[in-house]
Amino acid sequence: MKNILKRRVVVIGNGMVGYKFCEKLVAKNSDKQFEILVFGEEIRPAYDRVHLSSYFTGTSAEDLLMAPLSWYTENGIKLVLGDPIISIDRDHKVVTSLKGVVANYDVLIFATGSAAFVPPIPGVEKDGVFVYRTIEDLDMTIAHGKKAKIGVVIGGGLLGLEAAKAVSDMGLETHVVEFAPRLMPRQLDEAGGLILKNKIEDLGIKVHLNKNTASIEGEETVTGLLFKDGTELKADLLVISAGIKPRDELATKIGLAVGPRGGIMVNDMLQTTDSNIYAIGECALYKNMIYGLVAPGYEMADVVVNQLIGAEKQFAPYDMSTKLKLLGVDVASFGDCFGTENECQTIIYEDKQKGVYKRMNISLDGKTLFGGILVGEAENYNMLLQTTKNKIVLPPNPEDLMLGARGGKGAAEGSGVESLPDDALICSCEAVSKGLIVDIVKDASDIDFVGVKASCKAGSGCGGCVPMVKDIIAATKKSMGIMVRNTICEHFDYTRQELFSLIKVNNLTNYNQILDKHGKGNGCEICKPALASILASIYNEFILKQDTIQDSNDRYLANLQKGGSYSVVPRIPGGEITPDKLIVIGEVAKKYNLYTKITGGQRIDMFGAHVSQLPDIWEELVKAGFESGHAYGKSLRTVKSCVGSTWCRYGLHDSVGFAIELENRYRGLRAPHKFKSGVSGCIRECAEAQSKDFGIIATEKGWNLFVCGNGGSKPQHAVLLATDIDKETCIQYLDRFLMFYIKTAEPLTRTATWLNKLEGGIDYLKQVVVNDSLGIAQQLEEEMNFMINTYKCEWKEVVENPELRKRFTHFANSKETDPTIEFKVERGQKFPVNWVS
Amino acid sequence: MTNTWIEVCSINDVPENGGTCVKVDDKQIAVFNFTRTGKWYATDNMCPHKQQMILSRGMIGDKAGEPKVACPFHKKTFSLETGQCLSGEDYHISTYEIKVEAGTIYIAI
Ligand code: SRM
Ligand SMILES: Cc1cc2nc3c(=O)[nH]c(=O)nc-3n(C[C@H](O)[C@H](O)[C@H](O)COP(=O)(O)OP(=O)(O)OC[C@H]3O[C@@H](n4cnc5c(N)ncnc54)[C@H](O)[C@@H]3O)c2cc1C
Ligand code: SF4
Ligand code: FES
Repeated sequence: MKNILKRRVVVIGNGMVGYKFCEKLVAKNSDKQFEILVFGEEIRPAYDRVHLSSYFTGTSAEDLLMAPLSWYTENGIKLVLGDPIISIDRDHKVVTSLKGVVANYDVLIFATGSAAFVPPIPGVEKDGVFVYRTIEDLDMTIAHGKKAKIGVVIGGGLLGLEAAKAVSDMGLETHVVEFAPRLMPRQLDEAGGLILKNKIEDLGIKVHLNKNTASIEGEETVTGLLFKDGTELKADLLVISAGIKPRDELATKIGLAVGPRGGIMVNDMLQTTDSNIYAIGECALYKNMIYGLVAPGYEMADVVVNQLIGAEKQFAPYDMSTKLKLLGVDVASFGDCFGTENECQTIIYEDKQKGVYKRMNISLDGKTLFGGILVGEAENYNMLLQTTKNKIVLPPNPEDLMLGARGGKGAAEGSGVESLPDDALICSCEAVSKGLIVDIVKDASDIDFVGVKASCKAGSGCGGCVPMVKDIIAATKKSMGIMVRNTICEHFDYTRQELFSLIKVNNLTNYNQILDKHGKGNGCEICKPALASILASIYNEFILKQDTIQDSNDRYLANLQKGGSYSVVPRIPGGEITPDKLIVIGEVAKKYNLYTKITGGQRIDMFGAHVSQLPDIWEELVKAGFESGHAYGKSLRTVKSCVGSTWCRYGLHDSVGFAIELENRYRGLRAPHKFKSGVSGCIRECAEAQSKDFGIIATEKGWNLFVCGNGGSKPQHAVLLATDIDKETCIQYLDRFLMFYIKTAEPLTRTATWLNKLEGGIDYLKQVVVNDSLGIAQQLEEEMNFMINTYKCEWKEVVENPELRKRFTHFANSKETDPTIEFKVERGQKFPVNWVS
Repeated sequence: MTNTWIEVCSINDVPENGGTCVKVDDKQIAVFNFTRTGKWYATDNMCPHKQQMILSRGMIGDKAGEPKVACPFHKKTFSLETGQCLSGEDYHISTYEIKVEAGTIYIAI
């Protein structure tokens, strides 16, 4: 079919922005009025440079691709890879590639991005000196890193710190060298930079500020750095991350205007000085500014696509607010972060011990937020950014905005999305406004986050806006009069608490029966384990009676490991074990060639068993008096103990004995999530009881009981529930507390999160558990007693039942173990080989 | 073109509303007994995400009526009908024809 109007668009560069341009143009190209031809210098199609560092931690080059090669073909895009454009004839509108491909264009797009800026330090050409921009750079760095011990990164900005993480992930001693007196000088002020420095140094990375590198030492290969102040630093691997340099060499060659410090000059339409040629992304210089982030690049792509289809859209100065996780530390800066563009007053919050720094620059009348900085904790970033951008009038205590709800009470998470105007930009990567999300929800009121994401791409980029998108969905539904409840999944229109009651009251014992009666469809991987947990918490029946509704670890009573083998963790209550039992573990591990490790829970884990070996291994362990440690279950893990009064010169009571008693009492008890405990013999707290779901510390007069602590990703200290109580009272409160949690928490909610959401907080919990304000204490205790009395070791049941043992095979039609499971040997033990990518 | 049917196992080898793995030549195939609808499915046993031989041990169910299996490792889900990844990524697994005759399961590769 002929189309005389067909226009050929040639794109130079297939990086993140070049790709996004294609994606956006394809979406508008339904009449096939454009023919798209893309030249990329790199050998692979565009990949996600923003997440480049995850390449060090196992993400494959494939995983990083923005879209597979097939995507380009399917959308009629011709993609030439590994072949840069080297000359352009503007008069005849023809481009020529290195390999000699010649193509004419109607419209030409420069999306050539930038290269790492390498300052002219003597010695930069030496072996072992790298930049950090492409997958090839990373491959070379990784290869060299295998022989290196000390890695140094020049540059303490955003990219430098990313590179430092990568160097430290390679296991090298890591140093960061920064010219300025603080880290991230462009985003952080002095105090913020200092907090970040402390946090990074806590990770074992050394930071050297105020350092101007004079030369790079070494014969052929780098051996160190010499600074202008005369000091030196050893290095056998060096990554230079001192900034970016726009790739404008081709543009310069063909006479397009470029800035004095680089970058192809563009106007509001993103046209270069040749109106048929546009420049977008990191190569474009707009109003004297190079935008080194993806979001403005994507916006540029959108502007040009709009130009091409004849719509009116112009580029405007773009907000450079960012929120990042650098080396595990949240860092965000937004708006006028230094408070230099406005007359303002500053509110600062600093907690040096926790490593948190927050700063807000507000107007003198206290009504407007201009900008600020967050280090160490940036949960409220989205709301603060929106408040700044939309000039929302600040509340009387503006610090609440940055400090959030304090003292476990107060504003619910995400409150406030209602106050945002419809044009508030929520997802800056994909330029999605609040209004668009609201409209999508209004059109399809049963839509969820996944649906919204599919429909407008919000949240598909860096992911930073996801919580806010979810809040907007919930708020919109609420405004439409739809009750938003945390129903379990598409198959059950009930909360976990409601289902718990329904099952109990109606005496339902079987998943299918419950699905038929109270649900719809055929279930899924969310409601099956959730219901399995409820059933176990009510009836305490052997969980393999309904094995296919159990999560995979529960189904095999062992933890699934990388590669497909399983681990075995026998219970060692309180961490106390006899030499004979230690020997048994050693013997079993040796016999089945299992990797052994002391866990963080005071017991021993044996890894690398084939599924078919599990019953045999358990049989030997059970015979020696061990039982399942439920390391696989959402149930009690361990009760850690300190050695306590029996040995310790400070010990007040027998913490080991109490820990063992508690571990045996609650072993196997299924709950909405796993729960852990610790008992310490005095306030020195060697068992870390205050970081546990329940923790007990001996006092002169008895025991103090703490509840709802958490380690893990969001650590939280446990809070005091009762003081100076005796053992019996302690157990009584615990029975009530645990059963109350089991009955009311949402699926996969640890006690800490449960308490955070519990209306009334710890005061209410105290009322229920200690003062029996709901009059349910006796019932809770009885329910707990039932659970304790019906406990059985699950491993033993399998060991003794030939029918059950048969289920532990890899193949139904062969006795073989899985031939794809492979191990390697390191430090004298076996390990799974890494994920294949 | 008709494929040859290969006998792989008995229906008793596959748990209700669950799966098992069978070996056909050097290939690992996951066989699912979707008891709730009375249907049987056969797919690759390998999850394309991290290339783990595991799908037969995944939980099955449906998403808006589309039968699916969830990989035990990272819970990516795949349609049992088409093999398409249903959790928003570009993965795909192969599905195979399957039939049950007199309590014996046959698949065609
Ligand atoms: C083996 C062990 C690491 C070790 O070598 O020491 C371990 C290993 C795993 N932990 Fe852990 N955790 C281990 C102690 C801990 C601790 C320390 C402790 O218990 O004192 C913590 C922090 C304390 C806490 O939980 O509050 C811990 C916090 C987590 C978390 C984060 C929980 C949270 O609330 O954020 C997860 C993820 C989850 O459960 O969702 C996790 C999940 C896991 C899983 C189950 C991940 C998985 O799904 O495969 C790992 C399973 C290994 C396996 O297959 O056996 N593990 N994990 C430790 C086993 C202890 C034991 O004997 O049972
Ligand atoms: C490690 C790292 C971490 C980052 N983290 C973040 C972050 O957290 N947030 C954020 O917003 N941004 C981040 N960035 C920046 C972000 O990656 C860039 O803004 C984005 O990639 C710019 O896209 P682009 O298409 O303009 O340039 P690029 O992605 O660099 O693509 C340009 C492409 O053009 C090719 N090219 C150049 N000249 C030619 C030619 N003559 N012919 C053919 N092809 C050519 C290049 O080889 C390259 O493939 C990070 C960057 C790095 C390196
Ligand atoms: S907590 Fe107290 S009793 Fe226990 S080991 Fe430490 S000092 Fe000793
Ligand atoms: S290996 Fe299957 S989801 Fe990751």
